[in-house]
Amino acid sequence: CRSKPATARIPWRPALSFSSSPFVIFLHFLYKIMAVHGPLVKIHPVVLASIVDSYERRNEGASRVIGTLLGTADKHSVEVTNCFSVPHNESEDEVAVDMEFAKNMYELHKKVSPSEVIIGWYATGYDITEHSVLIHEYYSREAPNPIHMTVDTALQSNKMNIRAYVSSQMGVPGKTVGVMFTPLTIKYIYYDTERIGVDLLQRTRASPSRTNGLTTDLAQVASAAGRVQEMLSTMLSYIEDVLSGKVMADNSVGRYLMDLVNKVPKITAEDFESMLNSNINDLLMVTYLANLTQAQIALNEKLVVL
Amino acid sequence: NLPFFITCLVVLKIIKHYQEEGQGSEVVQGVLLGLVVEDRLEITNCFPFPQHTEDDVDFDEVQYQMEMMRSLRHVNIDHLHVGWYQSTYYGSFVSRALLDSQFSYQHAIEESVVLIYDPIKTAQGSLCLKAYRLTPKLMEICKEKDFSPEALKKACIGYEHMLEEVPIVIKNSHLINVLLLDLQEKSTVADKHELLNLSSSNHLEKSLQLLMDRVDGMSQEIVKYNTYCRNLTKQQQQKQQYLQRRQQENTQRQSRGEPPLPEEDINKMFKPPQAPPRMDTLLIAGQVNNYCQNIKAFTSQNLGKLFMAEALQGHSS
Repeated sequence: CRSKPATARIPWRPALSFSSSPFVIFLHFLYKIMAVHGPLVKIHPVVLASIVDSYERRNEGASRVIGTLLGTADKHSVEVTNCFSVPHNESEDEVAVDMEFAKNMYELHKKVSPSEVIIGWYATGYDITEHSVLIHEYYSREAPNPIHMTVDTALQSNKMNIRAYVSSQMGVPGKTVGVMFTPLTIKYIYYDTERIGVDLLQRTRASPSRTNGLTTDLAQVASAAGRVQEMLSTMLSYIEDVLSGKVMADNSVGRYLMDLVNKVPKITAEDFESMLNSNINDLLMVTYLANLTQAQIALNEKLVVL
Repeated sequence: NLPFFITCLVVLKIIKHYQEEGQGSEVVQGVLLGLVVEDRLEITNCFPFPQHTEDDVDFDEVQYQMEMMRSLRHVNIDHLHVGWYQSTYYGSFVSRALLDSQFSYQHAIEESVVLIYDPIKTAQGSLCLKAYRLTPKLMEICKEKDFSPEALKKACIGYEHMLEEVPIVIKNSHLINVLLLDLQEKSTVADKHELLNLSSSNHLEKSLQLLMDRVDGMSQEIVKYNTYCRNLTKQQQQKQQYLQRRQQENTQRQSRGEPPLPEEDINKMFKPPQAPPRMDTLLIAGQVNNYCQNIKAFTSQNLGKLFMAEALQGHSS
């Protein structure tokens, strides 16, 4: 996967990605346009990382892993904040899930975060099999209207398709009733600190050994400044293109640019000088105090040892 | 010091644990799981400890840990207990409790580390996760449990040699990389870019307040030590005077032909004053040092940002 260069934050619609089989393309298309009659599913990245990790650690011969999803639910949305994997055995005609284990783990998790409840379950893999229906039934006993999430770790369509479904009854009343899984919209949400953590983790994609150290403080400011510079140069090249007529001018982008330029506050030179100087003086004084304290305790150390 | 590896899952779990369960100055803790690969530590998973609440006194920590590890073993998660993590409030974590816990971990597994996660610093723009280990010298002292000044002097331990920092490297598998790529494509842009935020006074105030508290504590310890030294010298003088007087009396008695006074046990009469424990002073000194380092890093960052703002203003005016 090639890494994307830092793009300017100008909104544009992403292109549809195409995969090999036409049926898959159709499903993909259908998923995007189907009306959703269920709650909005908000997923935290820690859940997905945990699913991928348990997939990597699956037993020999198991083609997929399943587990419980924990989180909170309200009227219109479901927020998935945690998960744990549950050992299970699957063969052609039967499926066995270790329910004792699931109950135990849930109790343990409840001790740490009492507000998290079981809201559904996940499975890796692309399709929904008949076994999934059985497992879904079991989870229906644990939670009202559980959601089922699939994460395609085998990357069948060159992407990790993350889907969520809710089940509903279908069929003619009186005859055999079937179960239909209707798709739901997924949104990734982050806490602020999670966002910052994920931004750092994204940088491991760039290095060949997939590693990344944690940088020192001034270097972070320098790299943030570098990123702002990149964004500005992208914007400048876009503006040049528009001015020379190569690209059509877009009014909304123009309004964003206007906002941006106006955000720099207009302060007279002397006022700004005095503000800047007083701030710098504060910071320098604090640095001096800190250095003084450090020298003091070092001295104290030496005196005691005498 | 060889850096050790940590996976993205552990980072995300620690962040989530603090975010959900540890608001304010509460400290959240948890256990790190992983394995040792060719004398390099790799941390692959973690699980949190519940908070200590007053209402469930019968909560058994050890049992919780055992059950959790047993369950995790069922799903093939590494169950080797390689360390623990703790969140910190403005960098204050150098305490006796930390020392004791880390000592018991390091005693069992040599490469174990304690991960300190600073959520406030992380919220300011970049992940602040540091790993520490006790220096071998300090391990020796803790093993002997002898914290008197003489022992510490012999081992030449300063506050800088108590904890050593171990560099952390984040290592992800290919599948996680695919996930990260997917996340980046599907997520909206973050609307808060805290790293280039200019406001600093709040954070500085808090840090300086904590520093002042510690420096006060430090000065109290110093005063205690000074009084101890003074008492010691006074006692020495008293001993000398007593011995001299004894000598004089004995020679007088001898000249008068009387038997000399019996030798009395000097040490029982003049009990040496109790030396104040040096460990607390060392800990406070270490903590003060840590605060100062953090403050200096913070001010240098802010100076950089202020100069950037100046440049921006200069171009537009």
